Amino acid sequence: MRPTVRGQALFALAVAAVAAWSLAPFLWQAITSLKPAAEVAAVPVRYWPSTLDFSSYAQVFEARPFATYIWNSVVVGLGTTALTTVLGVCAAYAFSRLGLPGGRAALIGILGLSLFPGTVLIVPLKMLAAKAGLLNTRSGLVIAYTALNLPFAIWVLKAFFDRLPKDVEEAAWLDGLSRWQTLWKIVLPLSAPAVATTAILVFIFSWNEFLIAQTLVSRDAARTVPVGIAMLSGVTVYEVPWGQIAAAVVVTTLPVVAIVLAFQRRIVEGLTAGAVKG
Amino acid sequence: MRDHSRAGAVNWLYAAPAMLFMGVVSLLPIGYTFGLAGEYHRLAVDTRFWPVMRTTLSLTAVTVALELALGLAVALVLWSPFPGRGLARAAVLIPWALPTAVMAMAWRWIFNADSGVMGDLLFRLGLVASPQVPWLADATSAFWAIVLADVWKTTPFMAVLLMSGLAAIPDELYEAAAIDGAGPVRRFFVVTLPLLKSTIVVAVIFRAIQTFGLFDLVFVLTGGGPGGRTQTIAVYAYDVVFRYQELAYGCALVVAMALCLVLMTGVMLGAARGGKAR
Repeated sequence: MRPTVRGQALFALAVAAVAAWSLAPFLWQAITSLKPAAEVAAVPVRYWPSTLDFSSYAQVFEARPFATYIWNSVVVGLGTTALTTVLGVCAAYAFSRLGLPGGRAALIGILGLSLFPGTVLIVPLKMLAAKAGLLNTRSGLVIAYTALNLPFAIWVLKAFFDRLPKDVEEAAWLDGLSRWQTLWKIVLPLSAPAVATTAILVFIFSWNEFLIAQTLVSRDAARTVPVGIAMLSGVTVYEVPWGQIAAAVVVTTLPVVAIVLAFQRRIVEGLTAGAVKG
Repeated sequence: MRDHSRAGAVNWLYAAPAMLFMGVVSLLPIGYTFGLAGEYHRLAVDTRFWPVMRTTLSLTAVTVALELALGLAVALVLWSPFPGRGLARAAVLIPWALPTAVMAMAWRWIFNADSGVMGDLLFRLGLVASPQVPWLADATSAFWAIVLADVWKTTPFMAVLLMSGLAAIPDELYEAAAIDGAGPVRRFFVVTLPLLKSTIVVAVIFRAIQTFGLFDLVFVLTGGGPGGRTQTIAVYAYDVVFRYQELAYGCALVVAMALCLVLMTGVMLGAARGGKAR
């Protein structure tokens, strides 16, 4: 079948439409964030600012503890990513290679557990966090996120380990390396792509999480960005600072957009491995 | 050579830390929720329960159906190689990767009654009588606003899964169908759709579970309003526990939600099996 010019034009149009639809809400926030205050809520709607005005960005950082929220999100995100990856690698390796008795049942149990939405555990989780003194702390969030991301991490990493040829490890054992050394010195370097994929996805999940952050944290000191933005409001309900909100949305989402542009292939692979293998 | 793979139970030590995290943060609270739940008789007389269930179920059915149709279209467009495919795929992934709660604020701005861009665009197209439409103050339009935002957010995930399914279909089948004189449309229904079925089943079940438990989008976009008419079961249970401080009944709602999820998954799996037997 030879593609005709008309066919190609239609195809290009379809691609453009899909891309425009995906980006539109984000672009509208970017445009809103760059408008001078008087034009943000202008009627009729202005589709382009008369001058590019960055004061919404200045305001959201000056008038609100927005920098603290970002810092908290970065700390929680990196902490969760590091902890989940290390624990996930060990567990996935054991499930893939070390013939755990009852391992298959445990894996299915983990998967089933991870399918339940956060609402199912949020009430007791808050009580447990209160008992452990982890309310309003970043460590509390890191612990909760690690546990909730581990099922995904274990499934993706196990799927990857399953595909690695066994003879490399057997050669390492012949050379006298222990299982533990084999994992860190031989298997892990070979698995760098899968580990990177897992880390990227875990960071995105943790950066985006709302329900647990909203429930376990009620003070600015440990509040993360999604909750901080959802709470941005004016003195009265009629005074929602849409320009500042738009600026905050752009600042929060830009790192994610950059990650997606840089790691599109890895993300697609990770999502497919995590979901379809289950 | 020491026998590494048959060491058995002691290898559980590799998985133990991960299992401990998941046990304490996921399994224990889920069990605890059942322990806290009480006042089940109120489910029968609660006048909010059935409307909330109906909203949740319609949201799940409508959203997943639209996502499947759109996701399939996007997957077909972005599947075969073309110049710039990587960039187009990245653009499409962006809604999936952006924080739901944060983008819910972006949608609130789009659906703003006074200066929202949705009203203005539809007014310019001659579809509404005035650019000022109080979308989120009316139960029906608020419901469709949630549908739109959720479809926007989760279609990429569906598309990625379906693309992995498309990649698994051998080219020979298309060639054979083409030789038999099947056009592109017929090839889609005779080859693509039947071979994509198992992927579709997995993707639909996965997404249905997630939509049924939807919390953050609704919580931030409409707050469950107007008058609780867009509350999902997750938002309602959260309100009952944390706003009205009715712990036992709130947990009973969560238990009811979890049981519905299990039931829904069972029904869908059964339907998929039944379809296969025919």
